[in-house]
Amino acid sequence: MNKFDVKDLNLYYGENHALKGINLPIPERKVTALIGPSGCGKSTLLRTLNRMNDLIENVKITGNVSLDGDDIYQERNVGGLRMKVGMVFQKPNPFPMSIYENVAYGLRAQGIRDKKIIDEAVENALRGAALWDEVSDRLDGHAFGLSGGQQQRLCIARAIAIQPEVILMDEPTSALDPIATHKIEELMEELRKDYTIVIVTHSMNQAKRISDKTAVFWMGELVEHGETAQIFNSPQDERTKGYVNGDFG
Amino acid sequence: MRRTIEDRIALSLIWGGASLTIIFLVWMLWHILANGLSYVDWTFISANYSVTDKENSGIWPMIVSTIYMVILSIAIAAPIGIMTALFLTEYAKPGSKVVKVIRFCTESLAGIPSIIYGLFGMTFFVVTLGLGFSILSGALTLTILILPVIIRTTEEALIAVPLAYREGSYGLGASKIYTIWRVILPSAMPGIITSVILSTGRVIGESAPVFLTAGMVARIPDSVLDSGRTLTVHLYKLTTELYTVHDWNQAYATATVLIVLVLAINLVTKLIGRRLNKATY
Repeated sequence: MNKFDVKDLNLYYGENHALKGINLPIPERKVTALIGPSGCGKSTLLRTLNRMNDLIENVKITGNVSLDGDDIYQERNVGGLRMKVGMVFQKPNPFPMSIYENVAYGLRAQGIRDKKIIDEAVENALRGAALWDEVSDRLDGHAFGLSGGQQQRLCIARAIAIQPEVILMDEPTSALDPIATHKIEELMEELRKDYTIVIVTHSMNQAKRISDKTAVFWMGELVEHGETAQIFNSPQDERTKGYVNGDFG
Repeated sequence: MRRTIEDRIALSLIWGGASLTIIFLVWMLWHILANGLSYVDWTFISANYSVTDKENSGIWPMIVSTIYMVILSIAIAAPIGIMTALFLTEYAKPGSKVVKVIRFCTESLAGIPSIIYGLFGMTFFVVTLGLGFSILSGALTLTILILPVIIRTTEEALIAVPLAYREGSYGLGASKIYTIWRVILPSAMPGIITSVILSTGRVIGESAPVFLTAGMVARIPDSVLDSGRTLTVHLYKLTTELYTVHDWNQAYATATVLIVLVLAINLVTKLIGRRLNKATY
């Protein structure tokens, strides 16, 4: 069952043709990794999945992206789409407020006021992000008092607090040290049971370790996609071969 | 050799300039405080102004008028200024015509001599709108005067809010207005408060646009539609009318109160700025 279906997707930043005729199915409750050299369009594609590109001027999109069969670019309620498709960014970006308020943010944005519901959701989300044991005694503490890795797990907690169906991750560990990275990867092992995960990563080892499917991008084109093991062990395309062998990129 | 001489000349010029600035500042402060401080006592601060009873004359009505003027003009200018800045940074397309026109207007307004605001205020608020010489006319005039400052500094504070906060909020499905209310405005708050307090200093400091619109009646105003004399206007009046030595002393005492007030405002700005900065980091 495919969660997303990307069909003939083209994206232009002004004159720059950033995504060229992308066709990519993204399966439900699997981890799909998008890899490729810098500037190949993998982050851009990720951001079309929750329409984050809407925030940028002069972006033109053709083709279509459907979520559970419905074209998300026909959707009027972008907020509703983003509640279903959560996002974790490259650099941890907690809001300048308490740990509790960070996790409660998405719920409050939906107009939920009931303290009991919010308390429960905050605890569940922090547990889900493997952060509860570290912060349960200081929920009112400022989020900026956490370490980088904890901040990133807080951002994951913030995303799962509103119970999305998909989590998009844009190089979520590139600003973290190896131990924090390991914790996030462990967490993803847990999250894949309940969520569809799409992750952009620069690390081929990370893609190998955590993903079920891999899609390889090259200068705005989707070169090849399929089972992760197949992409790494027997790539069909010369460019994929060169990239996964570390010849360039 | 030539290098070292050039260096020395440059260095002495820099030191000269810096010390001259400090000397003048200290000299002026000392001059005013030395001449004025001894006349500032409780009676002077709390008594009504009297032309005949010099011994028991005070500046209480002017302090009240000044406070009215500050509160009223900030209460009108701050919301308008902040909303304009929000429009410019969050809603208008960057570089669009509307933005250019508003920016041109605020920049031009900032460069106009303040007495011209007074003239405009007198014809428009006092006469055309029939508000008379009143605290309200004065406050409206000062509103136009401080709007450019508030808009400009608030804009800068809003632009400085990291894109990552906006992305984080929109990524959770939050609406634009919710994002502005919960994330953008709180993050920009230190900058906004600084701009408001700087404007307060401006309101306290202006004299020409104030006496042209609020008049100079030296008693506590009954309402915002009554005329009043602010501290600065009082100082102006005392020094231009100088009948006796006593007026002279009162002028220095008033100047002392003004300087202390402005210094206090500067101090409060810094403290609030620091406190809020700590809150965000």
